[in-house]
Amino acid sequence: MRKLDSVDAASERTDIPDFRPGDTVKVHVKVIEGNRSRIQVFQGVVLGRQGDGIRETFTVRKISFGTGVERIFPVHSPIIEKIELVSRGDVRRAKLYYLRDRKGKAAKVREKRETSASV
Amino acid sequence: MSSAIDGLLGTKLGMTQVWDEENRVVPVTVVKLGPCVVTQVRTPESDGYSAIQLGYGQIDPRKVTKPMAGHFEKAGVTPRRHIVEIRTDEASEVEVGQELDVSVFEEGGLVDVTGRSKGKGFTGVMKRHGFSGVGASHGQKRNHRKPGAIGACATPARVFKGLRMAGRSGGERQTTLNLKVQQIDPEAGIMLIRGAVPGPAGAVVLVRSAKKGA
Repeated sequence: MRKLDSVDAASERTDIPDFRPGDTVKVHVKVIEGNRSRIQVFQGVVLGRQGDGIRETFTVRKISFGTGVERIFPVHSPIIEKIELVSRGDVRRAKLYYLRDRKGKAAKVREKRETSASV
Repeated sequence: MSSAIDGLLGTKLGMTQVWDEENRVVPVTVVKLGPCVVTQVRTPESDGYSAIQLGYGQIDPRKVTKPMAGHFEKAGVTPRRHIVEIRTDEASEVEVGQELDVSVFEEGGLVDVTGRSKGKGFTGVMKRHGFSGVGASHGQKRNHRKPGAIGACATPARVFKGLRMAGRSGGERQTTLNLKVQQIDPEAGIMLIRGAVPGPAGAVVLVRSAKKGA
């Protein structure tokens, strides 16, 4: 894909923060209704990132009124206004699909302690 | 189209995706088109038909045959690797030696793309001709991808010519019609064509404006 970097560079976004599976993020999504546009926030845990380059996507899972809801976003999608990093998660897998089978407290991702990095 | 001459040779670079103005993902093929040089103009008076001949691509001068070298010299251009003729009634609008680039096309227009499809080697009838094969169960054994019957018995006592069977597939000239031009970058000589075009990345393709329209 090296050859197409110049083409991809046009649609690639540089304002996306570095986030990983297990992190909790707020995705600000542009929603266009007729000729009005508003921002909708989708907050949840990142289950994983898939693909690379311009076609990379990530999955965000949240519990909405007791029901699990997952949304898949292309990382470089123009409908994303911004991505806010709420917290870092401490996980040992790249894909957190096991969270789908868990409920309540068991479905929680431990928060990463940043101290170990600085010491 | 923006120009009377609406065919160019180019190289397929590969596929990627872009977003359109409504934020939908569009799969695109990236094609580097031109620059092509006019090597000959065919006219009804001299050739019996009207067309232009285009040359494209670099070639080692030692590899050019003497007849072709003479042909290029007559046109006053450096030898090119590929040559193609495009039938057009407006052939008189270009001159020999003139260079054409991707700007002869328009964004949003429709094009036909001709290329040599990827070679698939020796393939069975299901892949090659889209046969349905034979059932998975009902007592079938080692029979699942076969063509089934290929003819009758004592009459005609032979298999008809041209019956579709297994064999080499792919690697032949193929034209995909009515592909939309998503984007054009005249500076880089690059065109983004919506969807797939025949051939592997790096292959030479001929892009012409759509013949049959939408």
